[in-house]
Amino acid sequence: MTFWLLLTVNSITFGGLLFLLSSGFSLIFGLMRIPNLTHGSMFMVGAYLGTTFLSGTLGFTLDFWAAAVIAALEVAILGALMERLLLRRLAGQQLAQVLVTLGVSFMVADLCLMGWGGDPISVATPAGLGGFVRAGPAVFPLYRVAVIGIAVVFAVALWLMLERTRLGAMIRAGVDDPQMARVVGIRVSRLFTIVFGLGAGLAGFAGMIGGPILSVYPGLDQDMLPLALVVVILGGTGSLLGSFVGSIIVGFIYNFGQALLPELAYFVLFLPMVLVLVLRPQGLFGGQVL
Amino acid sequence: MTVRHALLAAAILALIAVPYAITEQYYVNIASQILLYAVFALGLNILVGYGGLVSLGHAGLSGVASYAAAYLLAAGHGHVVAIAGALAAGLVTTAGFAALSLRASGISFIMITLALGEIIWGLAYRWISITNGDNGISVATRPAPFGLSLASADGFYDATLIVFLIAVAACAIFVHSPFGAALAGTRDQPRRMNALGFHVWLIRFWAFMFSGLLSAVAGILFVYYNEFISPQALALTASAEGLLMVISGGAGTLLGPVVGAALVVIVKNVVSAYIARWNFLLGAIFVLIVVFMPEGLVPGTVRLFRVAWRSARRPKPATAAAAATPAGEPKP
Repeated sequence: MTFWLLLTVNSITFGGLLFLLSSGFSLIFGLMRIPNLTHGSMFMVGAYLGTTFLSGTLGFTLDFWAAAVIAALEVAILGALMERLLLRRLAGQQLAQVLVTLGVSFMVADLCLMGWGGDPISVATPAGLGGFVRAGPAVFPLYRVAVIGIAVVFAVALWLMLERTRLGAMIRAGVDDPQMARVVGIRVSRLFTIVFGLGAGLAGFAGMIGGPILSVYPGLDQDMLPLALVVVILGGTGSLLGSFVGSIIVGFIYNFGQALLPELAYFVLFLPMVLVLVLRPQGLFGGQVL
Repeated sequence: MTVRHALLAAAILALIAVPYAITEQYYVNIASQILLYAVFALGLNILVGYGGLVSLGHAGLSGVASYAAAYLLAAGHGHVVAIAGALAAGLVTTAGFAALSLRASGISFIMITLALGEIIWGLAYRWISITNGDNGISVATRPAPFGLSLASADGFYDATLIVFLIAVAACAIFVHSPFGAALAGTRDQPRRMNALGFHVWLIRFWAFMFSGLLSAVAGILFVYYNEFISPQALALTASAEGLLMVISGGAGTLLGPVVGAALVVIVKNVVSAYIARWNFLLGAIFVLIVVFMPEGLVPGTVRLFRVAWRSARRPKPATAAAAATPAGEPKP
């Protein structure tokens, strides 16, 4: 019983982390119609930058949350720059854009290996969240519960942003029909930069938040990118609700798969994606932003 | 006998002469690597260049064949069984890939093939009781068809060359056949082809199978060349490398993937002797080629030569030369 309860909490935690990662991926896909193959790299770079701020090698040490926020901002700027300087040159050529993101992901992975070395770096749990929560017979690490909370806060904030703000309305219009959005005077190309930066920042933030659970190591990008892909194919591209539900589903399958069928964990993970592709190619919530 | 035929004959003779001209085994081995990667790139090019379907999971197809061969050999079977089994495994996997991924095209196709490739990689990495996980499977011997040993670098090169030439010939026949024309039609105008009564899905399916067959052949060559297979060979990097070969050389041309394979293998081997940052260079080349020479090196060079040739002969109408149809437009 304890085992199942623990596995469930871990699954929801991982799902929350995946939501932070894949909501940006999904928005970028919905708006620009390209899978951003650097999204795993953004996750990894965020985590690496965060650990650097924590370690004090720069001459100062930041608090965990400050490190996460600053790392996220830096990754957001990197993402926006990449959109502006590289992807903008290839506007309209989606295949070329995808290939460029693939190329950049290799460059980033190699640069990270050069900068931070090949050894995994563990991230200390932030102060005050190192404790445990007792729920009946089970004991959960407090940090995992906190991650769930963070994911929920971000989900609500993103929903409010998309639903209630002018920017959100413009993004929804852009996802729905970019040409029509242009016609009514929305600068869709500027939205591209904003959404790309926002998605990258979310991924970088997720990387740091995931640090105490996953640690940071070379290859983390390649581990996370397929998960984001599966979430988005499951939930439907460009759909916030889809990436939320998809993340939770994938979180459960990933953790239960690892625990019960370790040898076939990956296979089991991709099975629902295949089923969705066969039965409902647009994804569970495809075609709607919210 | 045109210039084209003469060039072709000269190229084949040069390829045959490689082990005699180069005595150092290391370079003969690099030549073998180029040829076996060229087979892989030719297979991928059928789909990417002629079908307009960009696959990022092809290393999974060659990897399945490699693993099947290594597994059967490790289980004590002969080379004939291993090769037949590897081809069968490669083709069955390809059929599965095709059935799932051909529901989509364009960007979704990329995502689905990428995910499928990752499944195969995940199986190779985690299904330890079959694949031996990260440690991989070693292959003790290379086959000796008709009593000719492939154990030496020269012997293996000759065998790879024969396979490579067959693959090139098969691709040439395929591309120039009515089926190849139909495939190019589904790339350019899928809806019109459908309206004309062509079964677009089925055409793409068989193109995928042919592509998978060549990938499986390359996978078998790969496992015999290295006498070892590990999940590394199935990673996304390997698929991306294959795609880089096709795109850098020129997708949708016969020669392009071969040139691309040579470029990638040479840069990889030469550069890795000096710096360890091969992946960075791979990414940088990828980005540069996509941004600045999207049609690839072969068509790009041909275009430049044509422009230069025409302007040298007739200096006046430079606009006519510029308007001449480029050999290969980048396909979405």
